This record gives sequence, structure tokens and C-alpha cells, in this order.
Amino acid sequence: MIPEIGQFAMILALLLAVAQSFFGIAGPWRGNARWIQAVYPAVAGQFVMLGLAFGCLVWSLVHNDFTVKLVAGHSNTALPVYFRVAAAWGNHEGSLLFWVFVLSVWTLTVAAFANSLPRPFVARVLGVLGIISVGFLLFSLATSNPFERLPPGMPDGVDLNPVLQDFGLTIHPPMLYVGYVGFSVAFAFACAAMIEGKLDQTWARWTRPWTTVAWMFLTVGIALGAWWAYYELGWGGYWAWDPVENSILMPWLLGTALIHSLSVTDKRGLFKSWTLLLAIMTFSFCLLATFMVRSGVLVSVHSFAADPTRGIFILTFLALTIGGALTLYLWRAPLLRSEAGFDVVSRESFILFNNILLVISTAVVFGGTMAPIFVDLAGLGTMSVGPPYFNVMFLLPIFPLLALVSAGTFARWKRGNLGESRKRILSTLTLATVLGLAVMLGFYGDRSLLGPLGVILGLWIIASALVDPIDRWRRGLSVSPAVLGMTLAHIGLGILTTGITVMESDKLQRDVALAPGEQVQLGDYTFKFQGTEDVDGPNYEAVRAKIEVLYKGRPDSILLPERRNYWVQQQSLAEAALGVSWSRDLLATMGESVGGGVWSMRLQVRPLMRLLWLGSALMALGGLLATLDKRYRRVRAVATEPAQTTLTVQP
Amino acid sequence: MNRFWIPLGIFAALVVVFGVSLKRAPEKMLVASALIGKPAPEYVMPDLLQPNATVDSATYKGKWVLLNVWGTWCVECRAEHAELLAIQRGGLVSVVGLNYKDDDDAARQWLQELGNPYAAVGVDKEGRVAIDFGVYGAPESFLINPQGVVVHKVVGVVTPELWQTKLLPLVEGKSS
Repeated sequence: MIPEIGQFAMILALLLAVAQSFFGIAGPWRGNARWIQAVYPAVAGQFVMLGLAFGCLVWSLVHNDFTVKLVAGHSNTALPVYFRVAAAWGNHEGSLLFWVFVLSVWTLTVAAFANSLPRPFVARVLGVLGIISVGFLLFSLATSNPFERLPPGMPDGVDLNPVLQDFGLTIHPPMLYVGYVGFSVAFAFACAAMIEGKLDQTWARWTRPWTTVAWMFLTVGIALGAWWAYYELGWGGYWAWDPVENSILMPWLLGTALIHSLSVTDKRGLFKSWTLLLAIMTFSFCLLATFMVRSGVLVSVHSFAADPTRGIFILTFLALTIGGALTLYLWRAPLLRSEAGFDVVSRESFILFNNILLVISTAVVFGGTMAPIFVDLAGLGTMSVGPPYFNVMFLLPIFPLLALVSAGTFARWKRGNLGESRKRILSTLTLATVLGLAVMLGFYGDRSLLGPLGVILGLWIIASALVDPIDRWRRGLSVSPAVLGMTLAHIGLGILTTGITVMESDKLQRDVALAPGEQVQLGDYTFKFQGTEDVDGPNYEAVRAKIEVLYKGRPDSILLPERRNYWVQQQSLAEAALGVSWSRDLLATMGESVGGGVWSMRLQVRPLMRLLWLGSALMALGGLLATLDKRYRRVRAVATEPAQTTLTVQP
Repeated sequence: MNRFWIPLGIFAALVVVFGVSLKRAPEKMLVASALIGKPAPEYVMPDLLQPNATVDSATYKGKWVLLNVWGTWCVECRAEHAELLAIQRGGLVSVVGLNYKDDDDAARQWLQELGNPYAAVGVDKEGRVAIDFGVYGAPESFLINPQGVVVHKVVGVVTPELWQTKLLPLVEGKSS
């Protein structure tokens, strides 16, 4: 019964989405105030229906209703309840429902918070969001129904893939979805502006907070995914340049570019058509990510069961929405003119470089991800593009990007005179160079080229981000949340850069076979294998090893990695043990038993690993802070008045 | 023509590329295996029919082998059984069975009823050997040449037609 209610709610949601898109687009077009007004109940209704549908899915999972195919395939009586809930988005059908549900939450938020914007404009935004919702609901109902029954049912389920049974993974996909579905708002704002044929600075100011929040969630989502891969997959990797990882990195890179170009459009009224294009591209890559994961075009560890029918459906939808938006762009963008100009070393041009470099890095990632497809189509056989390509090619645009951040922070709007900033640039760079060289050569003894270079750039970004807020604070001026947010995000970037560089250039790793009592030396650390014991979990049994770690001969920590066997799926998994501190992570992962109590193991020391998570967290926090700035709220109130005279609608 | 055409043009080209590659996705999934052209993984499995004996990949060095992944729980496996018998009778290749996640008694029962096409059947209860071969499910078959290199992989049923047009030419060296 419950699954049928969910199914029915989805169908109702689809009808409401159709109404929402129709009234949202046609209302302002015909100037019909009542049609515009009709958009709002449709939005609210759709949210309620999708909430209900998703609730029904969760209910079926929690109550282990094995007559539902999805439940039978991804849940199990031995599975803890919170993983049953997480199973709702741990598979193709459920995650698709979750996707539309998240979209309805964003739509509702836009409807609720944008009530001081001109009504026709909001209606168009909601209309565009409605069209996206229609597409995804149709897709879900036609090809991937989450409530499909499996008569006569199964006595017990197949269990959730053990790799997915983890806290990090219960929250990583929701964050990602909230992030990249959130870019649909910027996309809808862009489409609405293009339909209206009017794009001014206030448009950019409306769009900014929505974009930043979406970016923030995406940042958190990607960082959580990396964190999950790092400790759950257990082999020390956090980023593998897998096609699906790339497909979420690309919207993030473009979203970052969008945030910056929006600031120029907001402050100076420049880059209008470029900002529009970025808003379209960012969301296009989010849709593309969905396509890549679900169509079977690319082979990846993250892929859901591939199904070409689904692929054709998404591709058609992709062609219609993105193609439609780009056609609109073709028609409207030539009409947008920027009157103002700017100098070569002004902040505008630094942001332009930022955008160019971010787009190049996106192209690098895209090229590498798509290469297998191109090569295959060209009949040159099959090939795969791996970390060796990405690790080199991605750095080419990223190094100059990082190098320009500091100078860009000091540059001023419009004016091309660096003036006294020149002194600041030099002093922060000197400080960063001295510190960076001291740390890398002195402490880590790193004689490579890239190591010290990366650390110097990272420290330079941190130092220069701090200059302006400290200066304002010393002069008794207030620092707005927007500036503070930007500062924090840039510091986060600096910390992330420093962390990744040090960790990648000075990590130690050894794969060994150890008998109880044997030990291995990694730098200053000694790993002593004490032996194993058997332990039982809720749906698995495991062998647990005890490894004592000594630092310079003194006891430091105890690591207890496990090798788990999950009964139901008959899968064997390594549960890595981490010893974490600010200076380094210690990792021990169990491989296979070699016999006679001897185990193969991977032991690692990863310096400053924590900075990766700290840096990402600061970037996200910076985004959040910037969104809270009063200017976004104040401007809305000002912008409302002249606009509302054109059309009187009772709220 | 103006520069605002560029994004739409690039996008249209991409849609075409995706469309074509989608069309090819199913066949790609059926044929592609990372193992093709690479040495087959080595294995030692308990023998299903002879207690205390093992099925060892080393035994088959120097011979053409069709490694067939099967289970009594697999409906399609029944469909290819007759063809496997025919291939075994042909004598060109040794058909080696990999009994995948199955019940030993049921498997022996199956061979008694339908006839035994296999030179030997290894038992892979936990799917350890199957993982080395990258097996998704059953039936799957790997054609391995005398040098121990995987030449072809069949996902699904080995049909008489498939044997005649794909596998046999490979064995007889008539196909490049």
C-alpha cells in the first residue's frame, strides 16, 4: 500500500510540475497575473508530493518491504536502520527520486525567499525549474520507477553494498545532490533573464547568494566523498580521477568561475554574456554528470547499473534543456552590452584570468574524461586515461591560477595602478617564500621543484588573504561578512594547496607481508605487528590486527585495521585503521592472509593530511558567510519597488 | 555567424558524440574486458567431481581453453549446455568449468542429468577466482589460447552461431 501511495504522489508531482512550468512561462508572457499567482501553489504542492513519495520510499526501506524491488535489492534484515535510510539514495532509482525532491526543496526556497523580487521574473525562474522537474520526473517514472514491485517478494534482501555502509557515504551523496541541483537555480535565473531580455547588475546580485550556497554544498559533498574514499576504501587514495569524480569536479570548477564572474557583473556590470554562459554551462555539467553516471557511456566504479534506454532518455532531455538555453543565449546575448571598460591590471582582469584558467582546467578534465569515448568512436581501439595525464595536465592551469589569486586580492576594481599594493604583493610573497622553503627544505627535506613551489603558493594565498581584513581591523573599519567570507574561502584554498602539496610530495608508503612480532620502519615511525584476533559485527565477521606504532622509538599509537567478511553479499572488505594528528595521518590496511599468521599490509605516513579537510571546510564556511551578507537582502528591497509597478499581484 | 554560435555548436557536436557512443554502449559492454590480450589469471580450485583433487590453470598451458562460468542457479546456463557438449566433442578446446557460487551437490546432479561437457570443473564458492577474471554473473566464458592469453570473452550464452563465427575462427587462426 505505502509504495503505491508513493508512486501516486510522484505522478501528482509530475502533473503539478507541468502546471508550474506552464504558468511560470506563460503567465508573464501573457501578462496574466492570475496565472503567475498559480505558480506558487504548484510549487508548494510539488514539494509536498515529492516529500511524501520520498518518505514512502524511506518507509519501505526501514520496514524492509521486500516485495519492492528496490528494497529487496538494497536492504536486508541485518542492515542497521540508518543504512536502510541511506539506501534510499544509494542506488539509481532512489537517488533519482531524491534528486527531484532536492530540486523541489530548492524551488520552494526560491519561491519563499525571492518574494521581494519582481513577480514575473520569479514566475519565470520557477517555470524553468518546473521544466527541469518535469524532465526528471518523467525519466524516473518511465525508466526507473523506485516503487516497482517484485511479486511474489523475497524472504530477505540482498543488502546494501558493504562499501556503501558507512557514515561518510550516508551524507556524501545528499550534499552533492543539494549542491549540483542547486546550480539549477542559477541556471533558471539566467534563463529567466534571457527570456525577459533584460540583464542588469541587480540580476547578478540576486543570483549570487543562490550560486554561492550551491557551490558550498558541492564543496562539502566533494570533500566528504574524498574523505570517504580515503578512510573507507582504505588504501590512502582520496581522488582517483575516475570519470564520475571528474564529472562532479567540472561543475565545481565552473561554479567557482561563476561565483567570481558574478561578482564582476554585480559590482561593475561587466562580463554579462559571459556570466550567463557560465551559469548555463555550470548546470549543463551537472546534468552531464547525471548522464555519465547512469548511461553506461563511461565505465566507472561509481556507475549505477548501466542501461542505454535511460541514457537515451537523459540525452534527449539534455539536448532539449541545454540546447534550448543555448539557443536563447544565441538570441539574447548579442543584445547585452557592457559600457564600462577596465585596465589590464585591475581586479576585473584578474577575475577574467581566473575564469579563463578555471575553464581551461575544466576542459582538461573534460578532455581526459571523454578521451576514451572519442578514441573508441574514431575506431582507434579502447584506451583509458588515468592519473598520469590528469596529475600533470591539471596542474598546468592550476599553478598560474593559484599564483594569480594573491595579486588579484590586492588589485582594485577598474583602476590599473597597483600602486602601494606592489609593496604588499612583494612582502607577502617574500614571507611565503622564506616560510615555504624553510618548511619544505628544512623540515621535510624536500628537494623537488613542485613541492616547495606549491607550498609557497599556498602560503602566499593565506598571507595575502589576511592583509586586507587585518588592515581594516587595525584602522577600526568593519569587515563585512562578504569580505570575511571571501577571505576565509581564500585562506581555505591556501591551506588546501599547502596540505595537498606537502602530503603528496612527502608521504611514505610500504606494502609488506608481516608475521606477528615483525616490524617495519617508515621515516621516523616504526610499525610493529602484534598479531590478530577475530571479531564479530552486526552483519559481518572480521579479523582484526593490532599494530603498535613508535615515533623515534617512543610509543605513539595503536592501529587496529580489520579485514571484514560480509555474510549476505559475500564480500570481503578492508577496514583501514587511522591514527590522526595535525602533523600526520598514520594508516594501516590489511590485505590478504598469506598463511601462517602472516598478513600482507599497506602502511602509510601522510603528513598534514588533515589540512585537506580543514581547507575544504574553510572554503565552504567562507561561502556560507558570504551568503549571509546584508547587501543581498538590502538590494532586494530597493530593487522591488520600480519593478512591481508594472504588474500588481497580491502576494 | 557570430561568436555566440560557438557554445551551441560545441554542444550539438557533443550530443552527437554521446548519441553514437550510447548506441554502441551495449555491444561495448558485452565484448570489452580489460583482460583481452592479457595473460589469464592463474587459479587453483577444488575439483567438483574428484574429492581432494584440484583444477589448476597450469595443467592447461599449451592447450586452447574455454573457461566457462556457470551455476545451477543460472537459467541461461542451461541454454548453452548443449553447445558446450558439442564443443567438447569437437576436441579443439578443453572446456573448463568454473562452478560459481553454487551448491556442490546440486552442481553434480546437474552434470549427471544434462551430461558433462567439462574436462574439469573447479569449485569457486566465494567467487575469488571469478573476481580475478572480472566476472559479473553467469554465464560468462573466456577463450584462452595455448600461451595462456585471454583472446575473447563471451558474456551470456555461447550459441552455435557464436562458436562458428567468432570463437572457432580464433582457435583455427583464421581470424586476425
